Amino acid sequence: MTALSALLLRDMRLAVRVGGGALIGVLFFLIVVTLMPFAIGPDLVLLARIGPAILWLGALLASLLALDRLIAADHEDGSLDLILMGRVPLELTVAVKAVAHWLTTGLPLVIAVPLLGLLLNLDPKATGAVALTLLIGTPALTFIGLIGAALSVALRRGGLLLAVLVLPLTIPVLIFGVAASNAAIVGPVAFGTPLTILSAFTLASIVLGPFAAAAALRHGME
Amino acid sequence: MPIIDLANPSRFLALVGRLSPWLAAATLLAFAYGLSQAYLAPDDYQQGATAKIMFIHVPSAWLAMGCWAVMTIAALGTLVWRHPLADVAAKAAAPIGAAFTLICLVTGSLWGRPMWGTYWVWDARLTSVLVLFLMYLGVIALWRTIDDPSRAARAAAVLTLVGAVNLPIIKFSVDWWNTLHQPASVVRLGAPAMHPAILTPLLIMAVAFLLLFLTLHLAAMRNEIMRRRVRTMLMMQADAAAGS
Repeated sequence: MTALSALLLRDMRLAVRVGGGALIGVLFFLIVVTLMPFAIGPDLVLLARIGPAILWLGALLASLLALDRLIAADHEDGSLDLILMGRVPLELTVAVKAVAHWLTTGLPLVIAVPLLGLLLNLDPKATGAVALTLLIGTPALTFIGLIGAALSVALRRGGLLLAVLVLPLTIPVLIFGVAASNAAIVGPVAFGTPLTILSAFTLASIVLGPFAAAAALRHGME
Repeated sequence: MPIIDLANPSRFLALVGRLSPWLAAATLLAFAYGLSQAYLAPDDYQQGATAKIMFIHVPSAWLAMGCWAVMTIAALGTLVWRHPLADVAAKAAAPIGAAFTLICLVTGSLWGRPMWGTYWVWDARLTSVLVLFLMYLGVIALWRTIDDPSRAARAAAVLTLVGAVNLPIIKFSVDWWNTLHQPASVVRLGAPAMHPAILTPLLIMAVAFLLLFLTLHLAAMRNEIMRRRVRTMLMMQADAAAGS
């Protein structure tokens, strides 16, 4: 077994077994989506119109809150030092950690979308569109969050700082994700246009995120 | 004295001490001249005298983006060349850039209310400048959260380089999207689309704003160097007290 696949399996096992993993993220997603109608009012037509935006915001906040498990948990128990000292390039290592994080945190959010779409009175076409855009967009959220997690790794009080650093960078992903979802429902823009730009953001973040995160880890550790 | 000598903080402080009064005086003169030229410039045929907010709004926008560019070069200086004063320059520039961005947003908002009928609209240019303002605040927060200055410098340098991707988005946002904000009038292919009677005061105000940035930046760098010296002396004092 290579070092990277061992790291991937280790991260996935930890995410599933240790608390604060996949199910907590989905639970937070559910709570946020439940809170919205209390604030907006139970008008089903209105909820169906802004449903894609509510789902995207809930997924964004849920993946943001799970980020401190990405690198800070390893820093606390010392395994981050072992990873930094290893022979595998740090860029690949953090990329693999981000993949494991997405599989255990981002993907469950996508799987939860059909159920939450029912709560928001979304028809099947809209739910499918939102699920597809989230499937493409949540890796971008994870890899951009990787940069913030690497920058704030050694901070004890770094929770809100992580949000402040990551959220401005995820704004384009949010814009095009919601635009693609709405394009599938109401048009007139073709669904493919914002979806392609969203895919471009995901691909770019998969490449740039690990490089920035590795630089932050190398220079940030004493 | 070769310019590399300025990497020595003491020599840099000496130079700043000599330059600061002249830069401050030049800034005041440039603002006096620029504001008087702006006052004398003709009114816009459609907007009247309200268009003269442009003489403050546009230079502060240019400086807001230019400040992040200065921080990006300083970030490269920290990470790539390990220049001793690069992180001092980056830390000093961040609040100044945030202030210019805020001035740009507020003056633009006050201009938009009579002209567009709204204080704010979520078009590409305004949104990307607002995101720039949030990123400035994020960098300042990162500087203040990490205690050790050199570790904070490297983390802030990485964040500055990541945020530099926003600068071309701001510049070309009026070309790439259908925006309420007007397209580029000065820095564009083909000559500026402005009459010299308006363009000249604008450029004079831009020079005045640039001199203001230089004055404030050098003064802030001097303050930051002093702040670090005080911190080091406090740490040495604590060490001596603990050791005895």
